[in-house]
Amino acid sequence: MTVEARTMTINMGPQHPSTHGVLRLVLELDGEVVVRCVPHVGYLHTGIEKIAEAKRYLLVVPTTDRMDYLAPMSNNLAYSMAVEKLLAIEVPERAQGIRVLMAEVTRIVSHLVWLGTHALDIGAMSVFLYCFREREKILDLYEMVGGQRMMTSYIRPGGLKEDLPPGFEDKVREFLDDFPARVDEYEDLLTRNTLWLQRTRGVGVLKREEAINLGVSGPTLRASGVAWDVRKSHPYMGYERYEFQVPQGKNGDVYDRYMCRMAEMRQSVRIARQALDRLPAGPINVDDPKIVPPPKHRGKVSMEALIHHFKLWSEGYSVPRGEVYVSIESPRGEFGCYVVSDGSNKPYRVHYRAPSFVNLQALPRMAEGRLVADVVAVIGSIDIVLGEVDR
Amino acid sequence: MVEVEEHLAVRKLRERSPQAILEAGVYRNEVTVVVDRAAIEAVCRFLRDDPDLAFDFLSDLTAVDRLRLPEPGPRFEVVYHLYSMSRRNRLRLKVRAAEGEPVPTVTTVWEGANWFEREVFDLFGITFAGHPDLRRIVLPDDWQGHPLRKDYPVETSPRWWEEGEIT
Repeated sequence: MTVEARTMTINMGPQHPSTHGVLRLVLELDGEVVVRCVPHVGYLHTGIEKIAEAKRYLLVVPTTDRMDYLAPMSNNLAYSMAVEKLLAIEVPERAQGIRVLMAEVTRIVSHLVWLGTHALDIGAMSVFLYCFREREKILDLYEMVGGQRMMTSYIRPGGLKEDLPPGFEDKVREFLDDFPARVDEYEDLLTRNTLWLQRTRGVGVLKREEAINLGVSGPTLRASGVAWDVRKSHPYMGYERYEFQVPQGKNGDVYDRYMCRMAEMRQSVRIARQALDRLPAGPINVDDPKIVPPPKHRGKVSMEALIHHFKLWSEGYSVPRGEVYVSIESPRGEFGCYVVSDGSNKPYRVHYRAPSFVNLQALPRMAEGRLVADVVAVIGSIDIVLGEVDR
Repeated sequence: MVEVEEHLAVRKLRERSPQAILEAGVYRNEVTVVVDRAAIEAVCRFLRDDPDLAFDFLSDLTAVDRLRLPEPGPRFEVVYHLYSMSRRNRLRLKVRAAEGEPVPTVTTVWEGANWFEREVFDLFGITFAGHPDLRRIVLPDDWQGHPLRKDYPVETSPRWWEEGEIT
């Protein structure tokens, strides 16, 4: 009798709890070993770039929330910075401080979801519950500033939606004082846990050169030993004035990516504290009624304010012809925004460089030759958001 | 303010292959170089391998449909955003292509270009010569048309969809 060696091809996803949304992988298996892994994306494609072409500049902001829905403020920030660069305006210091504060809080909330779901995928249930407990507190902060828990649209071209509400700073401080102890708690559960180490050490290795050549960015790149962070190499919103470190790994495996993000959460607490401590008083929007509407009450006493209000909400503002590419360090990596303006009040073309999209491309490299169970660990470790992959 | 001709990458490119550089400009401190379509792969390889430039990281690759812009010239523009990890430099390259004209792939220079080029193919219908796996990426394989083109209908759902031509 002859035995024929054959591989089996199976679908993993798009409805699979460990694929973090609607990612479909076609896995060719030899027993339990993955021979080939082909990702299929697009199940969440919503044409956000096309929608932007039909909207006035301000109205594009809410669509940016919906890409990386775990880090809405980062998306708002990148888009707003791109429009501001085209308009050649700079937001006041207070707005910059609040933007940094919100961006770092966003990094924490995004990493919390990553940690919770990643640990859950590998089998650690309680971490998930703890992470979501802390996440609630940040979503409460979001609700205070933006009126919504997820789709905040708080950061806008020209500044912010409104100033911080009363009591907000105390609530953030309370959270920041409490949070480092919570990170210790997660680390107690995982960092030296034998099962965790066995599932993550040496799994899904991505070498330094491979990572750069594939365009990988963010913690996934830094875990491979590349100390590249947009906040350090091209500071924006005054990041050069803050003291913080960029954690990096050296092996480029799932464990190093885990360690990087854990350290990043602590650094984000540091930055957020500094942002709070030195938050200056002053305006939160650029002083230009052609871009930011005057306060509502002014419309009752000033004819000009009323005209500006009317013009802005009916027609918006026109942006000079040209093109810019602006990038920020989102929780997942380099989030870029490329805007082309034809001089009208709607963008001619908006393109987002989504870090999840690029990082996901490295998945086959990390997963092939490993076990099916490792695929789950690797997907968790590159921290993708399918809303951003598909846009 | 950066003077474009003083920019190291522009100077080196002009020196190496003057005929491949069609235009160079700077706007809001961002340097843009328009490259001849046939030369794009060689230019990218040079920019990556030259030790003084070392553009080892492809940040972004996308396209623009210039149909509704007043400027003359080929319809599409493929836009590359390059980055150098060691020099901390950015550079934007552009290639112009008329409808149906293939653009040489840069996947041979940066592996990360693979999905970017597939996305441009999917949404603009621009083909990349030499691409190892040029398939649609975000839309279904049997989709018709390319939505990011400026003449794609947005007011109604596509007719082929309504008439049930899809099997």
